[in-house]
Amino acid sequence: MAVEGENLWKSFSQTKWMGARREVISSHALQGIDMQVRRREILGILGPNGSGKSTLIRLMATLLIPDQGRLQVFGLDVVRERRQVRRLINRVSVEASFFKKLTARENLAYAAGLYGVSNVQAQAEATRILASLGLPRDKLEIPLETLSRGQQQKIAIARALLTSPTLMLLDEPTTGLDPTSRRDVQEFILDVRKRHDSTIVLCTHDMAEAERLCDRIAIIDQGRIVATASPEDLISGYGQGGSLEDAFFRLTGLNQKSLEEDPR
Amino acid sequence: MSPIRLELHALWAVVRRNFHLVRRYFGWEVVFLFYNVINTLTIALIAFALPARERDRIVVYLTIGALLWNFLSILFQEVASSVSWERWEGTIEYSFMAPIHRLTYLAGVCLYAVLYGVLRTLVILIAVVFFFHIHLAHADWLGAAMILAGSSLPFIGLGLMGAVLPLLSTERGAQATQVIQGVILLVSGIYYPIRVLPGWIRWMSHLSPATYTLQAARRAILNGEGPLHLLPLTIKLFLSGLILVPIGLAIFQVAEHWAMRNGTLKRNG
Ligand SMILES: Nc1ncnc2c1ncn2[C@@H]1O[C@H](COP(=O)(O)OP(=O)(O)OP(=O)(O)O)[C@@H](O)[C@H]1O
Ligand SMILES: [Mg+2]
Repeated sequence: MAVEGENLWKSFSQTKWMGARREVISSHALQGIDMQVRRREILGILGPNGSGKSTLIRLMATLLIPDQGRLQVFGLDVVRERRQVRRLINRVSVEASFFKKLTARENLAYAAGLYGVSNVQAQAEATRILASLGLPRDKLEIPLETLSRGQQQKIAIARALLTSPTLMLLDEPTTGLDPTSRRDVQEFILDVRKRHDSTIVLCTHDMAEAERLCDRIAIIDQGRIVATASPEDLISGYGQGGSLEDAFFRLTGLNQKSLEEDPR
Repeated sequence: MSPIRLELHALWAVVRRNFHLVRRYFGWEVVFLFYNVINTLTIALIAFALPARERDRIVVYLTIGALLWNFLSILFQEVASSVSWERWEGTIEYSFMAPIHRLTYLAGVCLYAVLYGVLRTLVILIAVVFFFHIHLAHADWLGAAMILAGSSLPFIGLGLMGAVLPLLSTERGAQATQVIQGVILLVSGIYYPIRVLPGWIRWMSHLSPATYTLQAARRAILNGEGPLHLLPLTIKLFLSGLILVPIGLAIFQVAEHWAMRNGTLKRNG
């Protein structure tokens, strides 16, 4: 197994001061998640906004510590064996986080340096990756703040791949990309899995993307996984043979009304 | 790559990134430097209100204070702001997700801050010497250099503690860093001997490494005391660094753990 999570809980609390009175508001982001990701599989995570997808990704990325439960990446505990886990993973988040005044090359040099990848190798690799994602070369030499969101996102993808991660955590990597770029990135993800033997966890709001890329899809709602199955099984099991979107609505209760009309 | 080389490689990546940032904000650098030079000159000019007999000595006395304070505040500010900067840009999750020891990351930030602080202080020193035609014939530079080297370790320890605050809260952390800096400025005898301080705060002077550094630097430059005289104090400063740095690192790691529990590393998404 690439990832194994058992009974994962995570809540966040925020302190609000109402005059002198202190009020702690806590929200439960994850409520008892059990999950498994097999080696070399692409697991999709679908769910409404605020359902806990990014939180789950952050737990796997060793950026958050679960309140309860156990999470292992390739048999290593994400809390106790954090540093070994970090060698195996990388993440692309929905917002491309960079030093915005620096150029793409400078940002990539920094990221590669942290993983012990030599700068020469990193720049050559990045040029190749970005060419295949259709980013003009001269865009690498100007401050990142002058690039469009989609172009920045492509650089974020290159940054994650430079370190040859065994487990790639992709949090909405194609949000904000044009259809062509989205297609490029999707092809690229499939290609990476094939060539690097990577395992990929992909959060997305794009049903077609999930259907196209994922071997299995986990649907998450209010911090709980409500179903995990292959796209075909999800559609036939919950979508009344229609589409993945139907299955999504049904499972996440957004379409409560039609559920009541047609209880299964 | 061997583990040690991996860490060194990463350390260099952090230093290089910071110098890239300096280059991109060059306009600000020039402005800060200009302000620093003027500030140091105006402080040294205070001595010109004194009788000519004392003037030379006080000019040097004040300049040493201003230069060291300048160096210290750069160190403190750079270490603390590189954490708040990374939080602001959202890159902190990427930096902290890297498979390196936290000490490596922080050492990179500190090394950069020391190099950068030395560079900026040198420019100011040159400006001051040019402006005042100071005669420093009997100064013992070797002694002064030794003291500076010995004191950078405890200062780095303080810097690490300063970096913790922005990790806990971006905005209030930066504010708290300023307050701590202010206290150090007050109690370390930067522009006056600590005996002028009221008794109820003077005890704090003995806790600040800057107090000892300044006293020793003045003894070297004003009285021409050599390395041999200053060695015991240098060793003391160095040893205090050997205690302060691990404490700073430990506090940082506790704060990081806290941030990972409470989800305060992230900005959005
Ligand atoms: N660092 C944090 N501090 C406080 N609350 C948080 C934090 N991270 C997540 N949350 C809360 O946890 C819940 C789940 O958030 P999460 O970001 O995991 O959702 P998501 O499924 O990724 O949503 P989206 O589709 O909008 O990206 C939300 O209610 C959110 O407000
Ligand atoms: Mg999200």
